[in-house]
Amino acid sequence: MSQKAYLILEDGTEFEGEGFGGDSESIGEVVFNTSMSGYQEVLTDPSYNGQIVAMTYPMIGNYGVNGDDVESDRVQVAGFVVKEYCGSYSNFRATGSLADYLKASGMAAIQGIDTRMLTLHIRDKGALRGGIFFDRKGAVERLRAHPLMEGLDLASGISCGEPYEFGEKKRGPGVAVYDFGVKRNILRLLDSAGFNVRVYPAKTPLSETIKKGAKGIFLSNGPGDPDAVEYGRGLIRDIIKEGIPAFGICLGHQIMALGLGGKTYKLKFGHRGANQPVKNLITGRIEITSQNHGFAADYESLKAFPDVEVTHVNLNDGTVEGLRHKKFPVFSVQYHPEADPGPHDSRYLFDDFYRLVAGTA
Amino acid sequence: MPKRTDLKKIMIIGSGPIVIGQACEFDYSGSQACKALREEGYEVVLINSNPATIMTDPDLADRTYIEPVTPDIVEKILEIEKPDAVLPTVGGQTALNIALDLHGKGVFDRLGVELIGAGIESIKRAEDRELFKKAMIEIGLSVPDSGLASSEDEALAVLERIKLPIVIRPAFTLGGSGGNIVYNREEFIDLVVKGLDESPIGQVLLEESLIGWKEFELEVMRDKNDNVVIICSIENFDPMGVHTGDSITVAPQQTLTDKEYQNLRDMSIKIIRKIGVDTGGSNIQFAVDPENGRVMVIEMNPRVSRSSALASKATGFPIAKIAAKLAIGLTLDEIPNDITRETPASFEPTIDYVVVKVPRWAFEKFQGADTRLGTQMKSVGEAMSIGRTFKESLQKALRSLETERFGLGSDGSFKLDRVLGCPERERDEIIQRELLTPRENRIFYIKEAMRFGWDAERIRGLTGIDPWFLGQINDLVREEKSYYDEYASGGLECESVRRMKGLGYSDRQLAYMGNREDIDRLHGLGPAFQKECAITIKSREKSVREFRKKNGIVPGFRVVDTCGGEFEAFTPYYYSSYDGGDETRPSGKKKVMILGGGPNRIGQGIEFDYCCCHASFALRDEGIESIMVNSNPETVSTDYDTSDRLYFEPLTLEDILHIYEKEKPEGVIVQFGGQTPLRLANLLEENGVKILGTSPDSIDRAEDRKRFADVVRKAGLLQPDNGTAFTQEEAVRIATGIGYPVLVRPSYVLGGRAMAIIYDEGSLLEYIKTAAELSPEHPILVDDFLEDAIEIDVDAVSDGADVFIGAVMEHVEEAGVHSGDSACIIPPISITDEMIGKIKSSTISLAKELEVLGLLNIQFAIKEDDLYVIEVNPRASRTVPFVSKTIGVPLAKVAVKVMLGRKLKDMGLLEMKKLGFISVKEAVLPFNKFPGVDTLLSPEMRSTGEVMGISNDFGESFYKAELAAGDRLPVKGTVFLSINRRSKDELLGEVRSLHENGFRLVATEGTAIYYSERGIPCEKINKVSEGRPNIVDLVKNNEVNLIINTPTGRMSKDDAYVIRQTAIRYRIPLMTTVQASKASILGMLHIKKKVGFSLKPIQEYHKEVR
Repeated sequence: MSQKAYLILEDGTEFEGEGFGGDSESIGEVVFNTSMSGYQEVLTDPSYNGQIVAMTYPMIGNYGVNGDDVESDRVQVAGFVVKEYCGSYSNFRATGSLADYLKASGMAAIQGIDTRMLTLHIRDKGALRGGIFFDRKGAVERLRAHPLMEGLDLASGISCGEPYEFGEKKRGPGVAVYDFGVKRNILRLLDSAGFNVRVYPAKTPLSETIKKGAKGIFLSNGPGDPDAVEYGRGLIRDIIKEGIPAFGICLGHQIMALGLGGKTYKLKFGHRGANQPVKNLITGRIEITSQNHGFAADYESLKAFPDVEVTHVNLNDGTVEGLRHKKFPVFSVQYHPEADPGPHDSRYLFDDFYRLVAGTA
Repeated sequence: MPKRTDLKKIMIIGSGPIVIGQACEFDYSGSQACKALREEGYEVVLINSNPATIMTDPDLADRTYIEPVTPDIVEKILEIEKPDAVLPTVGGQTALNIALDLHGKGVFDRLGVELIGAGIESIKRAEDRELFKKAMIEIGLSVPDSGLASSEDEALAVLERIKLPIVIRPAFTLGGSGGNIVYNREEFIDLVVKGLDESPIGQVLLEESLIGWKEFELEVMRDKNDNVVIICSIENFDPMGVHTGDSITVAPQQTLTDKEYQNLRDMSIKIIRKIGVDTGGSNIQFAVDPENGRVMVIEMNPRVSRSSALASKATGFPIAKIAAKLAIGLTLDEIPNDITRETPASFEPTIDYVVVKVPRWAFEKFQGADTRLGTQMKSVGEAMSIGRTFKESLQKALRSLETERFGLGSDGSFKLDRVLGCPERERDEIIQRELLTPRENRIFYIKEAMRFGWDAERIRGLTGIDPWFLGQINDLVREEKSYYDEYASGGLECESVRRMKGLGYSDRQLAYMGNREDIDRLHGLGPAFQKECAITIKSREKSVREFRKKNGIVPGFRVVDTCGGEFEAFTPYYYSSYDGGDETRPSGKKKVMILGGGPNRIGQGIEFDYCCCHASFALRDEGIESIMVNSNPETVSTDYDTSDRLYFEPLTLEDILHIYEKEKPEGVIVQFGGQTPLRLANLLEENGVKILGTSPDSIDRAEDRKRFADVVRKAGLLQPDNGTAFTQEEAVRIATGIGYPVLVRPSYVLGGRAMAIIYDEGSLLEYIKTAAELSPEHPILVDDFLEDAIEIDVDAVSDGADVFIGAVMEHVEEAGVHSGDSACIIPPISITDEMIGKIKSSTISLAKELEVLGLLNIQFAIKEDDLYVIEVNPRASRTVPFVSKTIGVPLAKVAVKVMLGRKLKDMGLLEMKKLGFISVKEAVLPFNKFPGVDTLLSPEMRSTGEVMGISNDFGESFYKAELAAGDRLPVKGTVFLSINRRSKDELLGEVRSLHENGFRLVATEGTAIYYSERGIPCEKINKVSEGRPNIVDLVKNNEVNLIINTPTGRMSKDDAYVIRQTAIRYRIPLMTTVQASKASILGMLHIKKKVGFSLKPIQEYHKEVR
């Protein structure tokens, strides 16, 4: 029989369910994701570090897991919450069940939760600390002792320890990827755009990557509060000073906004899903985007910098989804053009970046 | 960018009558388009021949032509109306085909009319198989290997290239009609010939069969700025090989990883761009090889479709409405999402529930039909349900079907038990056969197989169904086993009941599972104990319900919000679930609940949905909140725009009570949704539900034969001799007493189910053997059959004090043909004023005697100056929309106002209206989908839809109605006559005028001699049994333009049957009754003389009503 488990939030809200993953309790910021497919990518996305993810789609596990659909080398979420776990999976690529995968990673997962009620609660109250517990005693106290997401630099902790190459050696220009918790599909797409990809620890000085031959800088996605990534502002200033082309995604975008003088703030409950409409203000086109962020660049704060142009906005709530500098070759987007999971509408950005670096833009 | 200002007037082409493959989803899409375009300030002209639609309501378009939807008539209307543009993408295949035809004739160019939504080139690229294939290959996508053939020889050449099995698809047909999978050469040739014949352009596509591949559909929308979004993905439970309209389907897709799903999404976007659908919605079907994920593109519909209606209801994203707005130049980001209000329509809905659609078939109505499911659609309707999990949703969908099932088996229905109660080996053979060949009950057999311990791999091998779905069913089987054990040890327990409710189990299923032994034992005692058995199940069901309520085990209602809860939803569109929360916010306002009609089936279709929508409109007029409950995704009633609150739920006692208890309305309207809610009226009342309008007791007085005889007697009227038989002996005694022929039927049925005219005792015994099982709780009714009587229908509204008679309708076919299958005329043409007076006064006395409050339908028969009451239905009838469209008074709306206490007198509705024109309703029959089924009309209703013809002349109206129903009556050429003895004389005048008007007459020997002797030249032609060349050869050579074939009393597989089958196959108009023949000939001669039709919008006709 499955183990009884509880999802408990810091405000005392409690849901009873069954565990179907690892058996140690876990605590994190509870967020919801509205993607209907792609749970394996979500689980392995480093941006979810420190977060317990609840899927709004109620049936999870349907197609099992496989060796390819991973965004990093391990499960990154702090916990996983679903309405119904489907143990009998089916897909030609499946190599095992989701439950076994989670158990092997030791990550706590809970099913039988009314995830819609949980979602409405988070929508109402904002993202909350919460945990998956097998023993309820003292749970709320332990939750309240857990640090808040605001002010947390999680990126440094998750960044790679040593630089490494990714993909095939080729004739294209080199790109230095600042790893704040980079998703593997970003590396794949940079590689297939034609770059020689080299990934660096988050705190690597710009001079060092340039010395190693980087012709473009990529600022990756990642978890945590961008404002807490203190070395980020300096990095952007150096990039501007060098005039080297740079492209940021998600946390990389927020760091870009901060470095260009703007501010960031925490959204009430963030954008996490694969159906967010974004308007490209340059072309007028709409892109359906994959998103995963709890913080955002502040539109108002950017207005003080006339050289910084907002290029993309979210059509649902008008938040900043992309920006560029009018004088320097740097741009960034809040959403995830690499998708995984999600639509491929915005993959053109990788080619744009390549052209910018190769000087063919 | 703003909408186009160069367009002022737009014409919408409707889809015409309800047929298999094209049902009320096009009323839903058409109505939405009308509303959307008018909302944007355009003048809308509409053509649709189907009077039962909401879209043909006079206030939905500016000018509404209820005229045959044919190219020549659309062309004439274009000439009259001179619109700036035509929107051909909301009227199904019918509208697209007309657009292609008129373009081919240069009509749009000549009149300067623009096609909006989809251009001609994109329609051609999507519809023409060869162009489509080429386009797909150009964008690097795979399509099944295929070839086109326009002749048998060409087909054989293709067969050299592609290996069997092969799918044969005739080009440009409805619902894949004529499509088939063939496994050998002989079948191949037969079905190629058939396919060539079915295709209006004489072309078939021969295609590599992908039988067993997984099947997916994506609903795509594009705006003029090339923004593309996917509204919904749908996965078929039944793999390739079963038409998607006949498949159980699920939204969203369940078994693809995100990578594979995004691949289909990318392909869909490429496809809509390549095909060039500039604005609007399209539906794209894919097949995926379960072994390796290889994808083939199957087809694309460059228009809204049945699937897009389903996707709209499944997601809350109104595809047709948005498509109409995109067509006039708005872009997705300029259109708000109605549900969230604050976010735009340029997004992709995400759902946090599972939607299951299950088709509804009607094979029981078509004796001799091939019941196998294949590439030709055979279902007549569908039910959709929403649940938080697949299991919950599937069980809800199955109990929505109105097939006496209350979930996936274990409900005490015993339907399969009868079949499977045999030795194991035989049983396994039956299951094996049922799994291998898809038929309507396959999913139930799958469950039985699992119950008997078959492993999933074996079932997968036989059915090709994805293991994920099989795993879900297996979960249910396993849960049931534990429930049996738990129940055995502790009876009803909160924890297990709650768990089972979460898995979608109905109270009926729990009642059966808890008391299986008792119930099985009673059932095993034979027919005499069936009533007791049914009573036991019902009382146990009640105990389960009481237990649940006592313990607070009740469902909550969740919102369909397009966004998975991310944004607040403002549209109260709900479904129930047992997973916890409840999001309803019942208002304190005065409110009324309307019960819809459930899935379409024969006898219960769009007419009742029309009435339910009108109930909602009337409530809105009266300032009362309307609450709609229905499970049919095709309908206008399940548009969240129609009522103040929508509950997408099964129409069973259990589900309705939950909503009733949550909303606490003033009352419930049951008289508009047809038999579905009516059957529940008594039970609802017993459970404390207030029924508005005519009381359930009055309904019972009209339905119960004994009590009804009393009503008729008290009203001082006549009834055909009749009796009620509870046993076989009784039936024989009654029939002998009345004298044959007699009309027999089970009580409480709709659409003449199992109704028959019986000419002798032998047939009676045979009938009882089959029909007694139909409705064990109800006896058989035996009536004197009034041969050659004229049948009359009356629709009226009574407010208790006064009665407003909407119309007296004269049936074209004589009594004995089901009223739903008969053509009828307003006003009557062959009845004296005196008789009309008698009909009116009889209607009033019956209304008063039954204390009717609301709608009332009466069927009378006139025989030799006597007026007989055949039946009284104190509820909405199938003819309410036809009458309402004809007289310009919305009867259903009036009825609701009356139920709420308004008086007819105050509405100025006392006297029957006088018309300056004649309106004819004709039934549309689906025989072309069921080869082999005899087409003779009978007391058993088999039509799927209806059309209306209107003009100032009976002949013309009748001709139009026939044309709208698909029969183009000839104005010259050859008429074949095979007329029974009695009718020869009756038709003498008409046959003579055919001759005088230049028609060539050919006839079978007896008929030829009869007319030749009377000076009418008539050539004799061989019957099939008389050698060749014979009549069938003549038909095949296109030498016959009309067949008049009246039957000889008893149905038999004789020459006449062969002639009728040939007529269907070669689409030759066929008349099988004297009255219809007379009316047809009148119409043909009128059109011949007049040259052309008079065309006028319904709004103009209504000005002539006094």
